[in-house]
Amino acid sequence: MTMEATRYEDGSITYPGHPVGPNGSEPVETIDLSEYTAEVITWTTSTATPPGVREPNTMAIVEFDVSEASSDASSSRTQSGDESESVRVLGQVTTDEIETGDEVRPVYVEELREPGVGIREPESQDWDGYRFEPV
Amino acid sequence: MERVAIIGASMTQFGQREAWLQELLAEAAIDCLEDAGVTGEEIEHLYVSNMASGEYEGQTGAVNALAHDIDAMPAYTQRVDQTSSSGGAGMFAAWQSVASGASGMTLLVGGEKMTHRTTAEATDVIASLTHRVEYKHGITLPSFAGLTARHYLERFDAPRESLGKVAEKNHRNGVDNPNAQFQKEVDLETILESPIVADPLRLYDFCPITDGSAALLFCPESVATEYADEYVVVSGIDGATDTHVVHERDDPTVMRGVVESGKGAYEMSGYGPDDIDVAELHDMFTILEFLQMEGLGFAEQGEAWKLIEEGYTERDTGEFPINTSGGLKSKGHPLGASGVAQAVEIYEQLMGEAGPRQVEADVGLTCNVGGFGNCVITTIMEAGQ
Repeated sequence: MTMEATRYEDGSITYPGHPVGPNGSEPVETIDLSEYTAEVITWTTSTATPPGVREPNTMAIVEFDVSEASSDASSSRTQSGDESESVRVLGQVTTDEIETGDEVRPVYVEELREPGVGIREPESQDWDGYRFEPV
Repeated sequence: MERVAIIGASMTQFGQREAWLQELLAEAAIDCLEDAGVTGEEIEHLYVSNMASGEYEGQTGAVNALAHDIDAMPAYTQRVDQTSSSGGAGMFAAWQSVASGASGMTLLVGGEKMTHRTTAEATDVIASLTHRVEYKHGITLPSFAGLTARHYLERFDAPRESLGKVAEKNHRNGVDNPNAQFQKEVDLETILESPIVADPLRLYDFCPITDGSAALLFCPESVATEYADEYVVVSGIDGATDTHVVHERDDPTVMRGVVESGKGAYEMSGYGPDDIDVAELHDMFTILEFLQMEGLGFAEQGEAWKLIEEGYTERDTGEFPINTSGGLKSKGHPLGASGVAQAVEIYEQLMGEAGPRQVEADVGLTCNVGGFGNCVITTIMEAGQ
């Protein structure tokens, strides 16, 4: 299992990937974020969750620094325009004990929410993925 | 290009209604036509703003049903879905139909029936607009608000109380709106001690689940005087989008759809932020009022909370009243109706028909937000001459 971000021709990186990237650029490679740690940008604990979702549900937006994954770092441009290369991801957190700035690592989970209980057609997407665990 | 006038407006009682969507739409439509003195047979285009009637009550084709119910046949009909900004998108469609000359009389009706669903079910229908990588984590729109609110408060050193004061203000305004779902004041202490929904946001930071409908009647300004001595003109309108995947935005506190749609509406109207006398902003969550104030140029980035603290946006004592209707927070948020109901409030303010909610206003603005800023419509209106 991997958590694949996409790098585009212009050096920008997104998770998930898109057929056309920022500034109209083409996808050129993927980066497996599951091998990296990330920093918590912000987080929330939701107590009013939809059908099939754990309650409470703590989620965070985290930022991965993947500069060492660059095949040609000198030619790559980031979303924020600085020297490092970063990509943000939203995901569940393994604990309610989390703070902005914490370092986290991805931990694989077979089922993040129960398929077929909510409104979305269960066959229309995958339901496994990664939670973030404080390091 | 024809200048587009609004010659009639109406909204139903918002809240928990026994009526289903078809009846709610007809109720607002008939009231609006009566307000303008226009019959169904005179309608050339009929638009219905609605997000999810199929998902909520198994009713599709609502716009054709409405055309039949109000005897508007053989009018051209179209449903407009842009999630929570369906009402604003309907405004844009109705404006385009008249401005282009395609229609000489266009009725827009926005409506949604939601309260028969549980909170969890209603929340999930709305969350279905999210990307697959967000949805599988159990994301909800309130969760996006919690994530953004924490970031805003930490980054700009804003007090948690400032968000509570948005809810306090809008509930106070809603007391004087007989069609609002909640017509009661809520004190700051109650707001700040209410149950957590998406930390750091609590119950009173969120709008309710609502049934309701609202309507507006559009025609060329050259025709408006045949029906009314006074009317309102759409001076500027524009729509814009932001990323579908919310966490991909460079700055979580900037909604590009708000910024860009605002720019377009200002440019079309010739007005700027300083010219706006009253605004209805999409306060589905209290934090959204801050983000729209900043995105539309009413406050610098990270400083909207200071204006709330200073009472700048109060209806009766502030320099720039925001959400005189009570906002989505107090009035309620029947998804497809909300953008239309925002414009109904500005229409009434500009016509001098807002009763105890009346403020001095020559130019008003609405900002209707879909998703979590995924798509936005900004409209500027002024009294006709």
